[in-house]
Amino acid sequence: MHFLLLFSRQGRLRLQKWFTPTPEREKKKIIRDMTAMVLARKPKTCNFLHWMDLKVVYKRYASLFFCLAIDDQENELLALEILHRYVELLDKYFGNVCELDIIFNFEKAYFILDEFLIGGEVQETSKQTVARCIEASDMLQEVNVFNVLSTLACC
Amino acid sequence: MPFGSRKCQGMIRVIRSARTQGEERGVIQRECAAIRAQFRQADNGGRSHNLAKLLYVHMLGYPAHFGQMECVRLIASPRYNEKRVGYLGAMMLLDENQDASLLITNSIKNDLAHSSQYVQSLALCTLACMGSAEMCRDLAPEIDRLLRASSSYIKKKATLCAVHIVRKVPELGELFTPAARALLAEKNHGVLHGAVILITELCERNAQTLVQFREAVPELVHIMRGLVTSGYSPEHTVAGISDPFLQVRILRLLRILGRNNDTASDAMNDLLAQVATNTDSSKTAGSAVLYETVLTVMDIKSESGLRVLAVNILGRFLLNNDRNIRYISMTSLQKIVSTDHNAVQRHRGTIVDCLKDQDASVKRRALELSLALVSAINIRSMMKELLLFLSTCPPELKSHAASGIFNAAERYSPSQRWHIDTILHVLITAGADVRDETVPNLIQLITNASQLHCYTVHKLYRALVADISQQPLVQVACWCIGEYGDSLLQGDCEETEPIQVTEDDILDALETVLQSHMSSPATRGFALTATMKLSTREQGTINLIRKSYHLSIYGSCMDVELQQRAVEYNALFKKYDHMRAAVLEKMPVMDRSSMGQTNGESGGGGVQELEPTKPKQPEMMVAPQPASQVGGGEGGGGHGF
Repeated sequence: MHFLLLFSRQGRLRLQKWFTPTPEREKKKIIRDMTAMVLARKPKTCNFLHWMDLKVVYKRYASLFFCLAIDDQENELLALEILHRYVELLDKYFGNVCELDIIFNFEKAYFILDEFLIGGEVQETSKQTVARCIEASDMLQEVNVFNVLSTLACC
Repeated sequence: MPFGSRKCQGMIRVIRSARTQGEERGVIQRECAAIRAQFRQADNGGRSHNLAKLLYVHMLGYPAHFGQMECVRLIASPRYNEKRVGYLGAMMLLDENQDASLLITNSIKNDLAHSSQYVQSLALCTLACMGSAEMCRDLAPEIDRLLRASSSYIKKKATLCAVHIVRKVPELGELFTPAARALLAEKNHGVLHGAVILITELCERNAQTLVQFREAVPELVHIMRGLVTSGYSPEHTVAGISDPFLQVRILRLLRILGRNNDTASDAMNDLLAQVATNTDSSKTAGSAVLYETVLTVMDIKSESGLRVLAVNILGRFLLNNDRNIRYISMTSLQKIVSTDHNAVQRHRGTIVDCLKDQDASVKRRALELSLALVSAINIRSMMKELLLFLSTCPPELKSHAASGIFNAAERYSPSQRWHIDTILHVLITAGADVRDETVPNLIQLITNASQLHCYTVHKLYRALVADISQQPLVQVACWCIGEYGDSLLQGDCEETEPIQVTEDDILDALETVLQSHMSSPATRGFALTATMKLSTREQGTINLIRKSYHLSIYGSCMDVELQQRAVEYNALFKKYDHMRAAVLEKMPVMDRSSMGQTNGESGGGGVQELEPTKPKQPEMMVAPQPASQVGGGEGGGGHGF
């Protein structure tokens, strides 16, 4: 996988994950191109596009477009499943996830993504395991914060 | 459920309430100034919030490079929440091209050995995301250690980290090969999945490693069989398929191992047949697995029975309600149409039906495939469908469809008349979208079909009278009328309905072309020359006068090319009238090879020299004529006069 982008129907970026090193200026250009291309697609067309030498797989969930760029070798149908799995993970975590959740808790969206994909590949194929790991990391964060607060209180 | 930091959310709210772009910029400038100030201060317990704010601002597209050092500092913090945001910042703001990225190498190294697996996980994730070649070299031994002895949670991440390292520094593949082999024995799906990916990378980069891993084919087949036959598992089943992610990756690895190797291919044959037959493709997950199976079967040395099974799966996909599946079916069929032509031909009917699909991408694929499937046997029926498609297809596909039709017609036309009819049909339907060389090619074709001159000129005359907007059609029609106008005047033609045409009718038609604003200068050139030629084909003197009237108008035309012609033709009427008949003789049959490229030097057979020449001079057509000669060299565009 080369990159994953989430953007709204108005073209505002909500999440970007780059799996190959890309200069900042090129990232901006790619985001512009992807947004324009995907938003221009008519409703009843297939979810696959060609862009440069990459295949782009996109799907709309509520008000967000999920857009994944894959190599020629990779399986487009599986890419759709990957997008779907990520949405399911977000939904489980936030409970009926919506765009606002991802806007106001973008770090969480990234943390969840990082438990599902690493280096452009799927790292865990079990939904439950990913959910459990996120929960555990969150617990660790809570404990940490509690410890910090308690040390500050003691001073 | 602990969500994001309140402070960061507060800032996000403020930014979102800005009503204009300018207001937003103002808010962000203020916030960034505050963040910068905070970064300079000592530890105040809010560092992670500030970096989070900066990362949000970065996502909106504003510069955030001043946060890079803060990422480095936070990563080195002992607190988990600060590390977490620090590593996230590193992945977003630092890539291997930034100098600051090297500074975190030491932190990563320490964190890889941390007592908490969640901290180890952060380090692994970041290394796999943005590790430079240097960092990879530095940390590879650590990764190898983690591959061998750690929890499943860490092993699966370490494996993908190794994948990244191998992509960055292929020579390090050797280091990971032994561990990769051992990982195939793992039961944990996450680890197994990562192991399969790692082995795939290693085999793709090193031929010896590939040979080595061929021995693992039976093991992979065994794992795959287990997945296919296993029942429901709440952890891994997706729409009735057991871990489709893992299945697809194993199939992809098998493809690489079985390629060009009979033994390996044999060993996986039965398994592939089993997967192909037993996988339920009613949902995307199953279709993804079937799709990968088909790709593997077609790429390895599989038995013919298995190949037919695979192509039939693709054929079934063509009938699927899901347009995604129809689309990938066609891309796959396109890949194999040259190697397994007969198998794909069996599905020709369905493919041709897809020309009528609503989806533009599907239509495009169907067009490509249909053109690839045209053969001498099916040319007539295929052409009917293709011409029908041409009249209704979206504009962006018209040009491609037209060229495809021409190529097919050229290779397989059952008769010359059919060929000419087909080309005329395309010019009438999609004349604006055909390529430039169509006109000289068609003219050449027509001259070669001497028994059809009468038929052709009748058809073209009718088409011209009906519609003069399609330039290529008009050009060819003018040329034919100029050459074969006498056949037109004779009235009857055995292959088409008789039509009464007088000299005046013809001149009217040409005049309409000359005067129409739709005609391009090139087209007007054709019409002018045709008018000239008719002076030798017909006998009436009154019309000669009309023709000189046309020519004198064009003698002062703005277009240099037309002006030049008009002046020369006028000269032919006046000063060189005795040569006119010889100069405007009928063209000899053009030989494809002597026509040369599509440039003007190939045109102008008779008009280029004013001294009487030998009648058959095909080689004169390619001889470059200097522009200063009175005959004049023609400009570009290949007008075959």
